[in-house]
Amino acid sequence: MTKRGRHFLIVSAVMVSVLFLGQWACAQTSPIDPGGSEYGWWIWPVLLFVVTFVMGVAAVLGGVGGGVLFVPIISGFFPFHLDFVRGAGLLVALAGALAAGPGLLKMNLASLRLAMPVALIASTFSIIGAMIGLALPTKVVQIALGVTILGICALMLTAKKSELPDVPQADWISSALHISGVYQEATTGQIVQWKIHRTWQGLVLFIAIGIMAGMFGLGAGWANVPVLNLLMGAPLKISVATSKFLLSITDTSAAWIYLNNGCVIPLIVVPSLVGIMLGSFVGVRLLKVAKPTMVRWIVIAMLGFAGLKALQKGIFG
Amino acid sequence: MTDHLEKSLQPRQEQLVYARILEKGMFFGLLLVILTYFIYVSGIMKPYVPAYEVTKYWTMNVHDYLHHFGLKDGWSWLSLIAYGDFLNFIGIALLAGVTIICFLAIIPVLWRNDDKLYAVFALVEALVLAVAASGILGAGGH
Repeated sequence: MTKRGRHFLIVSAVMVSVLFLGQWACAQTSPIDPGGSEYGWWIWPVLLFVVTFVMGVAAVLGGVGGGVLFVPIISGFFPFHLDFVRGAGLLVALAGALAAGPGLLKMNLASLRLAMPVALIASTFSIIGAMIGLALPTKVVQIALGVTILGICALMLTAKKSELPDVPQADWISSALHISGVYQEATTGQIVQWKIHRTWQGLVLFIAIGIMAGMFGLGAGWANVPVLNLLMGAPLKISVATSKFLLSITDTSAAWIYLNNGCVIPLIVVPSLVGIMLGSFVGVRLLKVAKPTMVRWIVIAMLGFAGLKALQKGIFG
Repeated sequence: MTDHLEKSLQPRQEQLVYARILEKGMFFGLLLVILTYFIYVSGIMKPYVPAYEVTKYWTMNVHDYLHHFGLKDGWSWLSLIAYGDFLNFIGIALLAGVTIICFLAIIPVLWRNDDKLYAVFALVEALVLAVAASGILGAGGH
């Protein structure tokens, strides 16, 4: 086993031990209320940890963010109110983005220059989205979430990707903002100089992306990447990395709204956050041996089912 | 490879400053989240709301949930951090707040490099996030 593999195992073992030892110790000393949860309160964090761990693996192999799986699946199949699931979903997506952000920025794959104007719009509107989401009746949000999730499935099935989009000329906004860059493609050693176009159209779309991210507590990588890559013409690697980094800003603003409104329950948030992060680490390692296309189909099917479940909950209660 | 190209491949100064602060904040925040959760679930510090009570009422919407336990929204959790459950919010707030520190930290770097427009962007972004964090923006509730 490699040194990194050993480190990973040790860190994972410590994190899991801390979570479970703590819960086990508490279960020994705390009364379990017979009128409360049927299996004792501690079963929920354990169950959440296991489910989000699997979700973290599936998210990496399926090429989606953990946040987009978390909200529909947890709200569909766990008893928590949607308010708390959205609060946790944002923090889960935020933690993943924070963990990936420094490395992507240091490798110069995430572009702070590209992210800043976009983030300013997306984070402002994610605040508005969060406020709308918390003000609307739960049924309405649930139905809108179901429709959005089914839309994401359609997007995943149909959207194309372009490794190096053709951008004949940078537009005046991106020229004025000096949004361009250079990176070296690790697989070929090729030096790629990139610039973007259709900047204002992209910025307008980030209004909608911000609102949806805040309203549903979803990470918005599924929408960021197509806009940055296909519309604005950033190379795929720059788009994916900048999108991941962008989530750390967009989700921060929405997360504060949920946090300040009391939608954060540590018993839900922490096991989910640790589960999905450890699952993502394992997913990255499994990527070498797994068949991502197959997993991607499974993820789309899971999302489709969760979207229909959200619709059913919204319509029939 | 020319010196110019070599330099272009490297991240800009403000990007590196941002990345370093983000990295430290993220590690420290995650560590705090895990440690405080251990303190909470192990019962080392008494929770304000017992865990089994939480599981009984988390099906309620946030308004009813807060009302049931007599909790207030906003930064009122700060007055309850002596309780195990609210102790968790320190790490969570750090994770949610590190981005504001990153933006504030790159303003002088951008300004020194005569990148005033981006310095203003960074300042406005920090303000937007600070307003969200301040709790002055209420929600309609259910």
